[in-house]
Amino acid sequence: MANKLYGALAEFETPHAIFEACKKVRDAGFKYWDSHTPFPVHGLDGAMGMKRSKLPFIVLVMALTGAIGGFGLQTWTSVVDYPWVVSGKPYFSWPAFIPVTFELGVLFGALGAVFGMLGLNKLPQLYHSLFRSKRFERFSDDKFFISIEERDPKFDKAKTVAFLEEIGSTNVELIDE
Amino acid sequence: MSEHQPATINDSDIRVPDGHAWNKLPAILGGVGLIGLAASFVLRGEHPEQFSFSYLVAFLYFLSIALGGLFFILINFASKAGWSISVRRVAENVMATLPLFVLLAVPLFLGFEHLYHHWLHASVEDVVVQGKKAWLNKSFFSVRTMVYVVIWALLGLFYYSRSVKQDQSGEPKLTEAMQNMSYPGIAIFAITTSFAAFDWIMSMDPHWYSTIYGVYFFAGCLIGIFATMILLTLLAKQSGLLKQAVNLEHFHDLGKLLFAFTVFWAYIAFSQFMLYWYGNIPEETAFFAKRWYVVHHEGTALINTFQTSSWATISVILGVGHFVVPFFFLMPRTIKRKPAFLAFGAIWMLAMHLVDIYWLVMPENPHMHGFHLTLLDLTTWVGVGGLFLGAFFWVARRQALVPLKDPRLPESLRFENF
Repeated sequence: MANKLYGALAEFETPHAIFEACKKVRDAGFKYWDSHTPFPVHGLDGAMGMKRSKLPFIVLVMALTGAIGGFGLQTWTSVVDYPWVVSGKPYFSWPAFIPVTFELGVLFGALGAVFGMLGLNKLPQLYHSLFRSKRFERFSDDKFFISIEERDPKFDKAKTVAFLEEIGSTNVELIDE
Repeated sequence: MSEHQPATINDSDIRVPDGHAWNKLPAILGGVGLIGLAASFVLRGEHPEQFSFSYLVAFLYFLSIALGGLFFILINFASKAGWSISVRRVAENVMATLPLFVLLAVPLFLGFEHLYHHWLHASVEDVVVQGKKAWLNKSFFSVRTMVYVVIWALLGLFYYSRSVKQDQSGEPKLTEAMQNMSYPGIAIFAITTSFAAFDWIMSMDPHWYSTIYGVYFFAGCLIGIFATMILLTLLAKQSGLLKQAVNLEHFHDLGKLLFAFTVFWAYIAFSQFMLYWYGNIPEETAFFAKRWYVVHHEGTALINTFQTSSWATISVILGVGHFVVPFFFLMPRTIKRKPAFLAFGAIWMLAMHLVDIYWLVMPENPHMHGFHLTLLDLTTWVGVGGLFLGAFFWVARRQALVPLKDPRLPESLRFENF
């Protein structure tokens, strides 16, 4: 079976080089591409033209769900389902419900943050085509990479490789899926 | 690696030029302040008791902002923060008004008989207050009052003088000295502010006590300084200053801190409320009873009629306005990055902080039946506030508006939020 192409992988030597290269890839209008660096390069998300993450919204919805659910459950159990006088206070003693409400808001918010982050990053992933490249191993050591996927409408085998070399890559290779 | 590397800062960006409107502000604001204070003293003739309570509110309100400035400086040096350097001088200028409060503390002594008559003239049968005589007596209390304000003034001057000196010399040793002082400084700050809150506010009802009271006051200090820093920095930008040195990233962070401390305030306020509500012991719930029901004193006893008073409205406004509204308003990133919205949030919080201080002090006036504003509330507030802001602008125009040679200034200029 003929191997399908995954995309092109370009290597860069310095954070500055990849920062400038990212801006050019962004401006060239590519959509399905990514950068891989051994440490966070400040401002790279801007250079890549990345939009704001949806994660804060997920966390807010989850936290509100937790808080409202926590408050609602306590209200329902102590007012509707099984009214029970505790220390001579009214059934609906809302101040007593606040700590649980707060904690469940925080818990759900935190769960939303962790699993939302994993979901948005499509993690966990057991295999990725880029791992075919031997050179790519150094993305967690001392090299910087940009990968452009074949499914990008602007992708063209010869032109994209030439483009990546032109914007300062020291080595461009094509990766099979 | 920033997209917008800042240019070098021009002198016109950080120094109030000759003929600039800010040069007139110290005289105008100081004049307004003096008129306000003079009017308050005139009104005092007929309403000495109201003067004492109103003055305490005004004094605590502006003092809390200045104290917030001191704490912001301390915590920045303790954490060796880099992001905040370009807005640090604004907080330093607020902090530099602390010596003024040594003078402004003096009229507090005029109000002793009204504010603290509960323990000044405790009856022999009042064993609870008699047991506190060693701490709550006029001479020790007066000494403490002055010790607090003098300590804060000295700490403020320690930091202000060194920071300004560094503008000339650029000596990194000064940064080290300020860092080293910040650790004991924070401890001193924590103890003095807590005890000042215990003494000046909590002791108005010497039967009631709350160990978290100092932290509650501290939370208000930080609300005050972050809102004030946002507004004063925006004002500077509007007046053509700090255009290069301060950008959206700094406002975003100040907005985050303002948001964080509204949550912190709510956490502390609710922690205090819930324990007393749960325990439901009359001597502990007295504080909240006074702020919800119509109460009156009979001898040493507080009689609760369980009729809702007008203070209940203020209590609800405080809970909703100081927490629920700003919690959702200040949460989105967009709000904190839009100066107009952020300014609205800051003004809102400053108003709520005033409600908070008022709510702490006023219900303790046994002769005030229910909530009602008086002219003295306005004149004392204008008086202390005018002098405070006048002092701020007087200090601000004397030096650069940014600590020019702080070793971490470049870090602050490049700073970006993720």
